[in-house]
Amino acid sequence: MLRNMSASVLSWAYLALVYAFIFLPVAVLVLFSFQDGRLPVPPFNGFSLQWYEAVFADRKLMAALGNSMVVALVSSTISVLLGFLAAYALGRYKLPGSALQRGLLIAPMTVSYLIIALGLLSLMNALHIPLSLMTVGIGHVVINLPLCFAIIYASMGDHHINIERAARDLGANDFKVMTLVTAPMLMPSILAAFFLSVTFSWDEFIIAFLLSRFDVTLPVEIWSLLRSGLNPKTNAIGSLVFLASVAVLLILEFSLFGRTKKQ
Amino acid sequence: MTASVSIENVSKIFGAFTALDNVSLDIRAGEFIVLLGPSGCGKTTLLSILGGFQSPSAGRVTIAGKDMTYVAPAKRPTTTMFQDYALFPHMRLVDNVGFGLRMRGLAKAERDEKALGFLDLVGLKASAGKRPHELSGGQRQRVALARALAVDPDVLLLDEPLGALDLKLRRQMQDELKAIQKRVGTTFVHVTHDQEEAMAIADRIVVMNQGRIEDFGPPSEIYMRPRSLFSAGFMGEVNFVSGRVAAADASSAHVETPLGSLALPAKNFTASAPKAGDRITLTIRPEHFRADDKAEGPTVALGEARVAGSAFFGTHYRCHLQPCATDTRALVAHLPQSASVREGEIVPLAVRASDVVALPASGGHA
Repeated sequence: MLRNMSASVLSWAYLALVYAFIFLPVAVLVLFSFQDGRLPVPPFNGFSLQWYEAVFADRKLMAALGNSMVVALVSSTISVLLGFLAAYALGRYKLPGSALQRGLLIAPMTVSYLIIALGLLSLMNALHIPLSLMTVGIGHVVINLPLCFAIIYASMGDHHINIERAARDLGANDFKVMTLVTAPMLMPSILAAFFLSVTFSWDEFIIAFLLSRFDVTLPVEIWSLLRSGLNPKTNAIGSLVFLASVAVLLILEFSLFGRTKKQ
Repeated sequence: MTASVSIENVSKIFGAFTALDNVSLDIRAGEFIVLLGPSGCGKTTLLSILGGFQSPSAGRVTIAGKDMTYVAPAKRPTTTMFQDYALFPHMRLVDNVGFGLRMRGLAKAERDEKALGFLDLVGLKASAGKRPHELSGGQRQRVALARALAVDPDVLLLDEPLGALDLKLRRQMQDELKAIQKRVGTTFVHVTHDQEEAMAIADRIVVMNQGRIEDFGPPSEIYMRPRSLFSAGFMGEVNFVSGRVAAADASSAHVETPLGSLALPAKNFTASAPKAGDRITLTIRPEHFRADDKAEGPTVALGEARVAGSAFFGTHYRCHLQPCATDTRALVAHLPQSASVREGEIVPLAVRASDVVALPASGGHA
């Protein structure tokens, strides 16, 4: 009895420690974004929203926030579209060297973002393409396409083949089969791929840093803010970034897992 | 609408495996045809070739006189009802049934009205707003039928549509399927391995085995006058008795068997005309044995047999009879309810000559 209780207390304590270890940095970050004072370090002087005011008043930060959103949404849309088309082709047609093609599509996942960024940087230079948000977006498609492909390809079961065949039998052409039958059937995994891509693009720093010039994304702007020293304002913007990621994860949870439960 | 179908010398070869071996078949417009055979006999391959999902390695398929051998499924006047129903899981029933009409460019109001009409035909009009996952197996099967019929095909192809249903529901759906086929008049080609199902619904049955057609005809003819040993054995229980033609003329033949000799009409030789000296196999259905020779009509005595075992089946007694004259394998006979048979009893064996079919002997069925 006593042993049972102590074991149970120990396991709960262990669980608490694990979560503290994971979330303490974020909790501290969020807490000191409300610091009433100039330094985001203990002691906590009192509660204030001044740093959030400062964030929203900062035109450069707000512009970077907008840029990040545009890059995340556009690059994720393109990644999902290309990933879906590749998965459909490899899942439904006998293609030459399909195992090799699958491998090539997923390969970028194993390459570090730094290497991808350097490679793209020298490619853009060689092609005389000026660095911009578009080049950042291209970089994000490169890293997110393998992910989207893998998620969507894994969900293309053989039990869908007869359903697509039935659609074709009833007169649907390839485009209609894809848009009216295949994509809606795969919608849970397509949404999962999309929202994961959005969060990865939203947080990504190295590629965004090396492939952007005048217009930058939020992580790059925060980094330049950090160079001028610690400041509760960086905590405030960090908290907002965290909040956005949590929001996307919640959307994912409800749109995707709500759906699968129903079906 | 409805159309005739003609299959001319169709073969299909997958690598070293011959799925269809020079198959020819003529189906009349409005017929309910059942392709019957064990798994791997080529019946599903033949259906895929009719539907356009596979192309034959050789031969020709015409529908309503037009060559369809290499035409895509969407361009054929056929629709297929798949074994797993293949309903669109994300669409309401009315949208499922209306899908083919949508592909043909019908406006929403018009196609919804037509779709509701076909849902009404299968008794599911009230569930039009539901999605497939809310339905039972039998209901899904009906939706699949409505969806396939909604585009008004000339020929409907059904790939073991009742295979996933339990026995009681299957018998009920057979009757519905047959009734709906009569109402719409479309040519139905239905694949199954269940001979009872085949007899219940078919106008004509095609018995297939190892990529070839063994027999083709109305259910009663296939059962009573099979044209191959395989067909006789597949269509229900049967006794094979080996024998030899002792003498034959144009109208009858004299046959000698271990059970005795009997004269058979020449028309009972369904595969080929009898010649003296031919080795043959007689096929006798269990219900054709008469325990006593006082049965109606003239019978032929085949000696006596000892009852080795019997069981009451409701409509008849199913008995194992060991012929006294020889030590050949036991025969299975269905004796009438009124017959009081006891194990060990000796009963006379008799058959009507017209019930016995003679087929060329094959090594396996001596």
